[in-house]
Amino acid sequence: MTDLEKHAAGHGTDVAVGGGGGGTNLPDRFENPGLPAHRHRMADTDATAAKRAERQVVLLFIISALGTLFAIVAYFVWRPEGDFASIQASTLWLGIGMAVSLFFIGVGAVHWAKTLMPDAEVVEERHLMRGSDQARADAVEILRTGNEESGIGRRPLIRNSLLGALALFPLPGLVLLRDLGPLPGDSLTHTLWGEEIAEGGEVRMRRLTQDPGGDPILAAEVTQGSVFHVIPEGLRDSEHFLEEKAKAAVLLVRLDPKDVTVPEGREGWSVDGIYAYSKICTHVGCPVALYEQQTHHLLCPCHQSTFDVTDHCKVIFGPAKRPLPQLPITVDDEGYLVAQSDFTEPTGPSYFERGE
Amino acid sequence: MKALAARRRHPLAGIVLLLLGLFVMGGAYAVAAPQQAAASTTASGDADRGEKLFQANCSTCHGPSGQGGSAGPSLVGVGAAATDFQVGSGRMPLEATAPQAPEKEVKFSEQDVADLSAYVATLGPGPAIPSEEILQVVEQDERLAEGNELFRVNCAMCHNVVGSGGALTRGKYAPALDGVSEKHIYEAMVSGPQSMPVFNDANITPEEKQSIISYLKYVEAQPSPGGLSLGSLGPVTEGLFAWVGLLGIIIACTVWLGAKSS
Repeated sequence: MTDLEKHAAGHGTDVAVGGGGGGTNLPDRFENPGLPAHRHRMADTDATAAKRAERQVVLLFIISALGTLFAIVAYFVWRPEGDFASIQASTLWLGIGMAVSLFFIGVGAVHWAKTLMPDAEVVEERHLMRGSDQARADAVEILRTGNEESGIGRRPLIRNSLLGALALFPLPGLVLLRDLGPLPGDSLTHTLWGEEIAEGGEVRMRRLTQDPGGDPILAAEVTQGSVFHVIPEGLRDSEHFLEEKAKAAVLLVRLDPKDVTVPEGREGWSVDGIYAYSKICTHVGCPVALYEQQTHHLLCPCHQSTFDVTDHCKVIFGPAKRPLPQLPITVDDEGYLVAQSDFTEPTGPSYFERGE
Repeated sequence: MKALAARRRHPLAGIVLLLLGLFVMGGAYAVAAPQQAAASTTASGDADRGEKLFQANCSTCHGPSGQGGSAGPSLVGVGAAATDFQVGSGRMPLEATAPQAPEKEVKFSEQDVADLSAYVATLGPGPAIPSEEILQVVEQDERLAEGNELFRVNCAMCHNVVGSGGALTRGKYAPALDGVSEKHIYEAMVSGPQSMPVFNDANITPEEKQSIISYLKYVEAQPSPGGLSLGSLGPVTEGLFAWVGLLGIIIACTVWLGAKSS
């Protein structure tokens, strides 16, 4: 009888039982089948197999030792010379050597345990959870004596003052949290664009300057189809310049005015079709900088939020919920682009206090 | 042949056939693939001859005098740089309407490209083909560092930090920059082909453009000692490698740990 025939026969019987008794023929409880018969390994019965397994384990440990030696040699052979390739080569070969040395110690140990160490199955009976009556009575007696000798029940003043002291104990930890830094206050709603800058005794709004060079931008230089990555003038001189940059980074483009829809209240925020928008995505704050000059779509590389630059950077795709804030700009006497004011709304992702 | 016929129902036959097919396809592609045109010296173009070439090859879409039409944009003011880039990299003439014109085999000779560029330059003032001096790759560390910083601010979000390219919206993409000639990189920056914005000389000066190109050529020349750079695409390919390769090893180890020794 082949396996297939056996299976077919067994199946036939099942159908007969099921059809006759409705499944009631099943026993109330199954007999514990016990452990399967212990099968000896090759190394248990065959001395040559045991010898072979021993040699294999030794070989695996030798490979590990060779890996260690290789890592030491690799340290001297592949020196980082200051270019990417040599640094990569150094870490690569060092890493391979050390990985081999550790990995083959593990493989050898496991192989040793699997082939040569005893593999007899052992049954450990579970003990009762409940202690003996004597032990339980002893425990109660210890607590009772403790209560009596300390007098904690009789002297409530001591007990209460102790509880009070324990309750106060974690307070310094809370005070230490203050060192995590000052509260953000209103810093999330303001950027460097709103702060005036003093130059030669004259106080004025900040010019739009190029990232990273810091050169001011002439309105005439922003040709159609161009994109400028902009930071506020004097950004590098501010105390926390990276934090300021993360809020104030701006993307500058020139559009054909007839393509643009200007929302109400934003007339006069641009200069001859030059528009400045925050570069910080309103989703989670990645720099939105993938500008397609034909479609005027601005794409965020992190989660593919897409903004339409011709329509106040409203969201046309992706997880962002709010349009990119627009920076009102104008042009000064010397022809440089300059901010009119700060952004009129916070830049970057939403946060709890923003209230939207 | 008889042995082959007898084994055709073997369970591995399908896999063998698939591998064979892939191998043949790959081999055929390697033979037939268009080779990167070598950076050419700027030949001086003949605008009159270029006009004739233009009439014959480009006017269907761009109009008889380059004023544009329903199928193609106006070429007035795009300059010689744009023409040299588009035609010289094989993007033009367009093969089919697609989200983006791909780089393909160049259809015109160097002289033809130069003549066409000279003609388009007469339609209106626009960026010229860059000079040989500005296309020289520089090797000073500070220039490379400057090129790297400018590339990171202006280019890397689309083209990837080592110029491996990347995806844009709706089927458009920023192409990989390795193997692209210095001249074409420069011309792309000044002319802003397709989705790419223009980076005029006020935005990025010619010397800064030279630094960017030098940085790209420096990165391109870096060998990959690990053997596999995985396309330098970052988390996508590296993540795939970790999931498929490394998790595979971990699963194999787990299975081996649990199996009883024979």
